This record gives sequence, C-alpha cells and structure tokens, in this order.
Amino acid sequence: MVGEKKRSPAANIVLYCILALIVIITLIPFVWMLSASLKANKDVFNFPFVLVPDQPRWENYSEIWSRIPLGTFLLNTLKLSVIVSILQVLTSSFAAYAFAKLEFKGRKALFLGYIATIAVPWQAYMVPQFIMMSKMGLNNTHMAIICLQAFSAFGVFMMRQFYLSIPHELSEAARIDGLSEYGIWFRIMLPNSKPAVTTLIIFTFVNTWNDFLGPMIYLTKTELKTIQIGLRMFTTQYTSDYALIMAASVVALIPVLIIFLSLQKQFVKGVVTSGIKG
Amino acid sequence: MNKKAGAPKNLIAYSFILPNFLGFAVFTLVPMVFSLVLSLAEWKGVGAVKFVGLENFTRLFADEAFMRALVNTVVYTALTVPLTIVAALALAVLLNSEIRGRNFFRTVSFFPYVASLVAVAIVWRFLFSPAVGPVNMILSNLLGKASTDMPAWTSATGPAMFFVVFFSVWKNMGYYMVIYLAGLQGVNADLYEAAALDGANKWRQFRHVTLPQIAPTTFFVLMMLVISSFKVYDIFLNLFAGGDNQLSNATRVIVYQIYNTAFRGLDYGYASAMSIVLFVIVLGVTLIQFRGEKKYSH
Repeated sequence: MVGEKKRSPAANIVLYCILALIVIITLIPFVWMLSASLKANKDVFNFPFVLVPDQPRWENYSEIWSRIPLGTFLLNTLKLSVIVSILQVLTSSFAAYAFAKLEFKGRKALFLGYIATIAVPWQAYMVPQFIMMSKMGLNNTHMAIICLQAFSAFGVFMMRQFYLSIPHELSEAARIDGLSEYGIWFRIMLPNSKPAVTTLIIFTFVNTWNDFLGPMIYLTKTELKTIQIGLRMFTTQYTSDYALIMAASVVALIPVLIIFLSLQKQFVKGVVTSGIKG
Repeated sequence: MNKKAGAPKNLIAYSFILPNFLGFAVFTLVPMVFSLVLSLAEWKGVGAVKFVGLENFTRLFADEAFMRALVNTVVYTALTVPLTIVAALALAVLLNSEIRGRNFFRTVSFFPYVASLVAVAIVWRFLFSPAVGPVNMILSNLLGKASTDMPAWTSATGPAMFFVVFFSVWKNMGYYMVIYLAGLQGVNADLYEAAALDGANKWRQFRHVTLPQIAPTTFFVLMMLVISSFKVYDIFLNLFAGGDNQLSNATRVIVYQIYNTAFRGLDYGYASAMSIVLFVIVLGVTLIQFRGEKKYSH
C-alpha cells in the first residue's frame, strides 16, 4: 500500500495465506481438470484425490482426436478468431481516428449513437438478426459469425479513448510534412497505440474463441462448429467419458492460455490507459 | 494549409468511419429497430407478418414460465452483482499493495475470465457432482454424514442458485479486478499520507479515501455487471442443461425463454416482445445508475 512499505511479520503471514487461498480457489478447477485428463475413466472420481496418477494415460489425448473432429473445431475457431480480430482492429481504429482527431459535421451525434448501443445487449436483437442473416443466406456459414463479431461499437469507443491521449502536435506535425490523413493513421496512430490494439485483440480473440450463443444459433452443421459448441456436443453425447471430456477441455483451453500469457503485460497496461475504467 | 474546405474534410472523416459503420448499421442498428417492430407482430417465420398491437406483451404477463425466468434472473443478478464487486475490489486492493510476485497473482486471478466457459463449467459440474464429486465427498467426510445427504448443487432445486452464483463470481471477478486496479492507479497518494498523519488506520483510510476516490469505477463496474447478469444464459445452460439444452423451472432465465421461443417454437414476434422487456429492464437500470452517479458526485 502507498506510504508504509514495511509490514510486521505477522501481517505478512496473514497476507500471503490469503493470497495462497486465492490461488488455490482460482486454480483448483484447472488442476483437477489436468489431473483427471490423465486418469483412467474409472479413477476420475476416486476419493481421496490423487494428483498425479501412477500411470498417466496420455493416450486419452490421442483418443479424443478420433472420437470427435477436434481438429476441425479448432481450425474453425482459430480462423474465425483471427479474421474477426483483424477486422475489428482495422475498422475500429480507422473509425476511432476520425472520432478522436478529425473535425466533421455530425461527429457528436454519431459518436453518441455509437456508445448508446454498447448498453443494448446483443440478446435483445439476436432474433431479428438471425432472421436477417438467414434471408441473406448466411445461416450455417462462418460469415455469419464474422459479421456478428467484427463491427463492435465497443472497439471504436476503446480505440477513441486511447487516441485522445495521443498529443495533437504529433498529427499536426505530420500534416505539415504533407502526410495525408490516411498516412497519419497508418504511420503515426497505429504504431503509437500498441497497448490499446493489443487489448482490443485479446478481448476480441478471447470473445470470439469463447463465444457460445452465437455459434449455437448459427452453426448447426458439425463441420462448421467451433470448439465451444463441439466440446458441448461431445460432453452431452459421451456423458460418462469423464477423462476424455477433461482431456478435450484442456485442449480447448490451451490456445487462449497461450495468447493471454504472451500478451498479458500489454493487456493490463491497455486496460489502464485506454480508460475502460470509465 | 490544414484548414481545407469543409466538404472534402467531412468526406475524409466519413471515409474513416464508413467501414465500421456499415457493418455496425446492417448487423446491429437494423436488427434493433426490427426487434421493436417484430414485438408488435405475430410471425412464425413464414407467411405474412400480422400486427397484433400489444397482445404479445399482455400474453407475457400471464406466461408463468417467463415470469419464473424473470424472477430467477433478478435473483441471480441481486446475488451476483454485490458479491462480485466485493470480491473484485478486495482482490484489487490486495494486489495493488507491494507484495512479491504481484504480477503472478494478478495473472492467476484473471485467468478464469479468459478460460472457455464450456470447459470450466464441465469441471465445476464434476467437482460439485452430488453423488461422486470431490466437494460433497469432502463435505460429507467433514460433517460425518452420508454423501446422499449433501446438497444437490447441480440439480434443479435448492442449492442450484448458490452454485451458479459462486461459479459466476469465480469466473468474472478477475476481470473486474483489473478495472478496479486501473481505478486505484488514479487515487492521489497524498490523500493517504494526509489521512495517516491524521491518525486514520488502514480500514478508515480505505473507507474515507479509497472508496470515495474510486466511486466512478464502482459505478462503471456496477453497470457492466448488472447488464451482463440480466443477459445471462450460457452459464446456466452449461451448468445445468443436458444434451437437449432444456432448463427446468428453477434455472430458467430470460434469454433462455427468448432462445427457446424463437429458435424452437419459431414464435418470432413473441420472442421479440421478451427481448424488448429485457432491453427496457437494462435501459432502466442503466438510467437509474446514471442518476445515482450524478447525485453522488455533486
């Protein structure tokens, strides 16, 4: 805490005990999942609990690939998450540049309209959206999920907040040097907004990767399904294959874990600087 | 030189906004308006749209399943929101202090938020499984009672609401902790010094310096949490539903009713009326909070 830097030893012990408890509560489900994924099915619920089984069954991990088209699910999800993240960052930062740095007619009204819709839950218009997409022939296509996720008002808002913190002098100087507005966006704004871009990428990637209701509504063909829907299908079909279900869950978690861990430093910085705190 | 004529300048600005706005208008704005229109109509997906006025809404109030879903959603919100705020704030204050391995602890507590819901929901179902789950095994050993006397967490009645609230707090507190951490960065350190000089202990410092200083963050977190609690569905589905994706009376929520009415019953008009109710509730809560914030900050 600010000010006092030295704590009494007793206070330290209490503090670290609380922290240890938090770590345990947070991580237990993941530890249990990992442990169960290496057990024989009949041993999953053995009590008392064994952390590492005597003979880890790594074959659980090879078996799930033949039980369900896990590879297809993963590829579908990866494809959607990458495309949506790219589109989101490009269109959001593009629009945010105009809202933050350019003077034009209707700026205030347009921006207000944007942020007003952030508070409207998608669930409140998912039904007509589905009807529209079906009429456009997008039901059971990946395009539906891309259209659904790629143009959020939230992304525009977040990028704009960040651009406001970039000094006007920077873009003014570039303008005097003869750079066009598009050039300023590309050469000045984008390179200077790494924390915000990273945050938006993490949010979008994780949201798209973990999205459940969207793919549940739009993707009913097995070969189109994402990992979440596929995993759910698997768990409801093979309800008592506990060990295999856990192995599949671990596989579904890994990509997000990698993205998150490799970008997490930027991420916390991004949340702080982009003013999501409101 | 940079003061060009107004028209081309406007055009350049619009060209920046256009790509995002096009997608946003077609896939968000139009469906929003469409939802309003549809809520006043009867339409089963084929044939002509028949306008019925407010009939869908009067039907809603007599619909026991919907009213049950509404009550469940309100109860869930009333429990989840305060618990998440307390947990997130406590965590943020703790992880804002000078401790070793601070970044490790921050990363760990954020992790449940990014972890896939489907995967972690399954683990929680296993852990809290009434007959064989480790939680009830430990409980029955501690209490010296048979495991059949333990709470049936994942079943339809009784402890189900506690189970889902507990899960939700665990899943989301890390996200709101990060937002609180950002808020805590903005607290003026001199204020603590002054309070300490006045002889205020840590708890009084927290109450009289930290809490008022981060009030805007709290209002923001409150709003986000209330909105996300009212639109909950996937958590309930993954914790309680089987392969048929059906929820019982004890665990049905508003969005479940919308989904089932639209995509199973193909009763699009009626489902849209439910959507409007959801929208009005969220809007109302947001407005009340804005007024509360204004009052508070003056």
